[in-house]
Amino acid sequence: MSLLQSTQFRPDPSANATRRAWIGAWPEFQNPAAWLVALILVIMPLIANGFFLIEIFATTLILGIIALSLMFLAGYGGMVSLMQLTIAGFAGYMVAVFGMSGNANISLGWPWWLATPMALALATLFGTLGGALAVRTEGIYTIMITLAIGAAFYYFTNQNWTIFNGHTGINTVATPHFWGVDWRSDIAFYYVTLGVAAICYFAVQYVSRAPFGLALQGVRDNSRRMAALGFNPNAHRIAAYAFAAFIAALGGVLQVWNYRQISPGSVSVGACIDVLIIAVVGGITRPIGPFIGALIFVLLRTFALDVLIKFGLDGNRFRLLIGLGFLAIVFWSSDGVIGLWERWRRNASATQSPGGGRHG
Amino acid sequence: MARFIERHPAWALIVIIAVAVLLWLVFAIWPPGLEAAIGRKRVFLNAVLNGITLGGLYFLVASGFTLIFGLMRNVNLAHGSLYLFGGYIGYAVSTWTGSWILSFIVAFIAVALVGVILQLAVFRRMEGQDLRQTMVTIGLSIVFADLMLWVFGGDFYQVQTPAWLIGPVQLPLLTAIKSSGEPVYLQYPLVRLVIFLASVVIGIAMWLALNRTRIGMIVRAGVDDRDILAATGVRIQFVFVLVFALGAGLAGIAGVVGGTFQSLSPGEDTRFLLASLVVVIVGGMGSIPGAALGAVIIGLAEQLGSVYIPTYAIVVTFLIMVLVLAVRPQGLLARR
Repeated sequence: MSLLQSTQFRPDPSANATRRAWIGAWPEFQNPAAWLVALILVIMPLIANGFFLIEIFATTLILGIIALSLMFLAGYGGMVSLMQLTIAGFAGYMVAVFGMSGNANISLGWPWWLATPMALALATLFGTLGGALAVRTEGIYTIMITLAIGAAFYYFTNQNWTIFNGHTGINTVATPHFWGVDWRSDIAFYYVTLGVAAICYFAVQYVSRAPFGLALQGVRDNSRRMAALGFNPNAHRIAAYAFAAFIAALGGVLQVWNYRQISPGSVSVGACIDVLIIAVVGGITRPIGPFIGALIFVLLRTFALDVLIKFGLDGNRFRLLIGLGFLAIVFWSSDGVIGLWERWRRNASATQSPGGGRHG
Repeated sequence: MARFIERHPAWALIVIIAVAVLLWLVFAIWPPGLEAAIGRKRVFLNAVLNGITLGGLYFLVASGFTLIFGLMRNVNLAHGSLYLFGGYIGYAVSTWTGSWILSFIVAFIAVALVGVILQLAVFRRMEGQDLRQTMVTIGLSIVFADLMLWVFGGDFYQVQTPAWLIGPVQLPLLTAIKSSGEPVYLQYPLVRLVIFLASVVIGIAMWLALNRTRIGMIVRAGVDDRDILAATGVRIQFVFVLVFALGAGLAGIAGVVGGTFQSLSPGEDTRFLLASLVVVIVGGMGSIPGAALGAVIIGLAEQLGSVYIPTYAIVVTFLIMVLVLAVRPQGLLARR
């Protein structure tokens, strides 16, 4: 269980109480690097062209949102759920089914402002039900059950033609147009994604400090003691699944808008596992981890081909690279890239000024 | 059995009625009304037999999975990869030497060796860290899948069935009576029956080995409490390696079986991983009889589902899992 070790916030004793509480809730407002990253993200359309904006950064943010929902469950709830991508894919399918798409015999043709909330609600319901099923067992069983749910959904979408249109999936899904803006044009879509990602990030950050999140972490660390204190561990776990399912559903809606199509390939078992890889490689103790992991994953997926060929290797071995990288991370760091970075920083500061220079 | 009936009379009644209906459906000559309602008896019997033989294959895969889990608390999500690897090895050996039997032996040994290496080099180093081990098996399954795709490509392979097993055999099961009064018996592929019988034999042998031998006693003790077992002086690491080798080897054998009556291609690893997951969730983690029961239930559900409700077949399997989790979260035959 070392992967799920908590990183509790340790407040700076010199600051006063309210300030401390405020920083405790929003640690990144204190960090100049966070402001810099935020600034770069906001002015990104000035720096990057359409390809980088959508294929790299928007995709990173979307995958990051889906992995964030897994990070929330795994990091704060101790439940490694492999069905987060399935929930996202379900939301995507629902957008395609209720909204407008090229498959007129399946899509109901609702306007986006009706179809999207419907998709979010249904996907959240789906995730909550799946969670209610998964919390009946514990620990590694959760992985198995959620993987079984994900795989069953994948095979179901492949077999079912009346709703999911079999293995061809649903194509040319309509994207929102309003206020005279095509929200799927590169820059507008980038900002939509960035906005949703930021909201999800801060929501997770906030919930993790709210009473519910603290109780959830208590349930993770010792559910029996929490039950003795009068909390209902399973209710907390199911609520966590519901919250995570909503975040994953947001990611799924953005994903279907991004690709404008959805097919069983988007909810395959491999893709479910990719989300786990993203979260674990990034680090599952902090909400920023999934986004870092997603960036690494997207960069590798996009450029591994060229780099491998440049080194005279077979470019198709991208998944091998991902798998080996994942293995290395799981072997050597209990907390992904964040853990490696922190260890490196601690070592560096320890060699520079032994006994000092450590901050919370 | 008697205790089960005593403790759950309602469930026992339901099970008995279900078995009786099934037996009647298999042995009786269907009245015309029934044939009109759900189709020919031959189709039904074929689906049932396919389901049971598929259950045999699932049992081979899942028993190794459940054995490894039961003893080492290691959810080996690379088990599907071991299955596919065994299948490819079996294919290579059988095309090279032309011997079907030899391909089983080589596949067992090769995959068991992979299992030994995994246990010694990887899992031993992170003992007791369930989640981390599971993550590692996920990483391994990705690496294995890509390596196998590299070597064998994306083609479909089928292991050649030996000549003496090709062709149908007549079973003493009536499908219909011709208007001339002549009975029609069911024809069924011999190879599937042989494979099913072999998996039954393997299952019984495993049960005997676990319940009647010294090493089996040690393994069962390890399932119950491995720390105490280690404290009594048993070389637990050696037992771990042995069990991992056996479980992996069974997956390898299953790969050859699957390659014979289905086909081998990338993606089959995930399919059989899912199958073994569902089988052990339904049957109960760590229980060999549970794996057998779960395998037959899932095999039947899959085949009958794909005959009678084609687009929702996978949902039937899934609903069975949900039902079991709702009623008996630890699985049908688990002790805890």
